[in-house]
Amino acid sequence: MAVERFPRADTAPRQDKGDAPSARPPRKPFSWAWVGVAPFFLFAFMFLFLPSVSIFLRSFESLDHTFTFQNILDIFQKSDIRNAYKLSLQISTVTAIGGAFFGFLLAYAVCMGGLPKGARSFLLTFSGVASNFAGVPLAFAFVATMGNAGLVTRIIEGSTGVDIHAGGFTIYNFWGLSIVYMYFQFPLMVLIMAPALDGLRREWREACENLGGGTYHYWRYIAFPILMPTLLGTAILLFGNAFGAYATAYAFTGSFLNLVTIVIGAQIQGDVLYNPGLGNAMALGMIVIMSLCMLVYIWSQRRAARWVR
Amino acid sequence: MRRFPIWSWVWLLIGLAYFFIPLASTLEFSLRMIKGRYTFEAYRVAFQDPRFYQSFGYSLLWAVLTIIISLLLVVPTAYWVQLKLPKVRPYVEFVTLMPFVVPAVVLTFGLVRTYGHPPLVLTTTPAALIVGYVVLSLPYMYRSVDSGLRAVDIRTLTEAAQSLGAGWGTIMKDVIFPNLRVALLSGVFLTFAIVMGEFTFAALMGWPAFGPYIEEIGAMRAYTPQAVSVMSFLITWGSIMLIQWVGRGGRGEVQISGAR
Repeated sequence: MAVERFPRADTAPRQDKGDAPSARPPRKPFSWAWVGVAPFFLFAFMFLFLPSVSIFLRSFESLDHTFTFQNILDIFQKSDIRNAYKLSLQISTVTAIGGAFFGFLLAYAVCMGGLPKGARSFLLTFSGVASNFAGVPLAFAFVATMGNAGLVTRIIEGSTGVDIHAGGFTIYNFWGLSIVYMYFQFPLMVLIMAPALDGLRREWREACENLGGGTYHYWRYIAFPILMPTLLGTAILLFGNAFGAYATAYAFTGSFLNLVTIVIGAQIQGDVLYNPGLGNAMALGMIVIMSLCMLVYIWSQRRAARWVR
Repeated sequence: MRRFPIWSWVWLLIGLAYFFIPLASTLEFSLRMIKGRYTFEAYRVAFQDPRFYQSFGYSLLWAVLTIIISLLLVVPTAYWVQLKLPKVRPYVEFVTLMPFVVPAVVLTFGLVRTYGHPPLVLTTTPAALIVGYVVLSLPYMYRSVDSGLRAVDIRTLTEAAQSLGAGWGTIMKDVIFPNLRVALLSGVFLTFAIVMGEFTFAALMGWPAFGPYIEEIGAMRAYTPQAVSVMSFLITWGSIMLIQWVGRGGRGEVQISGAR
């Protein structure tokens, strides 16, 4: 029976298919234009998509290679992993808010604060350099600044006689690393806020004044709402910037601070969690958080674009 | 008459102090190798280490390879999207934003796990490393190429070249690349600056690049790491200065990039 049915199943439908296209409207010819972008998307598929899919799939793999949700649950339940996420989220939040706040004030000072023109271009140039100056050299720069034999440490000791490192105080902790991160955080804010502040038009302020509004009303009802998406988007950007940072933290604190990136780095070099699936789940957690950041950022960009011509 | 903007000055001075104190401290620290005197001893020691040149040379080589691959990948794609497939632009832009969503350490993790075993093994050669660098460079490269392409009328240029009988290879090589040269430079220099100091990919994949070298001597010696850090900063600074100099007159744009 099976042998008898085989040729029918194989050939009959094919003949049907062969007839069908003439009945349908002619299909669009295959566009060779797509071949032009194929290498780019092949690259993205192989080296961005596949590794991400691998991380995703293996997050649900147990030690004996069966499907499990335990790795995902472990992120929330295992205290050392939960703490790693907590620490990473804390440092990202602190440096994002701090960087956004200080960066905004600086951008405001050079754009609208009545400083000479040169200050603006000087600050923007330096922000361009500083926002790209991260990693190992940055960590060493801060060791030379506020480490045991750092310049600032010695100046404070020389002028006040107080050794800031006495009494167990160390810079290789949460706040020390936050100070280091701020070095590339606030310049990024300056770089993004300066054009946004330039986009505030004089007419808006004049319109506000014509209606009897003061500085408070201008900022509360006009400038701040217009800048809000940019502010929020940039703060999110800074958040992600700090959240994904590895080199700076590693070079500055070694593995004293258990940030998510540090744990993942250790997991790459040797299975420190004794569970490959859990390592993948931690990486997946980072991708999820960064994706959320990206969504908020894209949304804020759209909102911000409304007022830009 | 306007009031003296005291608060603006205060914030500006704090900002500049934040910029310059760590740099000045690093420089000062690097000069203190011999007690009681400022000398360039640390730099002399740094330049004596053969591994300094070796790791610098490797990073240089990998930076050049990254730039070449990145250019070959991004320029034709951005050109083609602009010319024939404007519908695809959001997808290309999405890919160039991915380095932010997948930070370096996570991408390394994924690459090592995916290409560390058959069917395709890349981790035994620097291929996986360069792949990571290329991903890292995508945002900068795409942004600079895209803004360059918008500035010239590529459709007319392409049609002119075609009517003179040029093939696609000739168009890319003799028409598009030369017209984008200035725009490409910012992507090239930024990629160069980033790859030269990059630590995450190289350290986690175990390649003796310049970044891991600086970290390694940091654990062994005092003063020389700061001397090398100063040099590393000069590379970054020089690259950014070149970009600003090349792109003068243009509007400064910030490109969202991957966390390293």
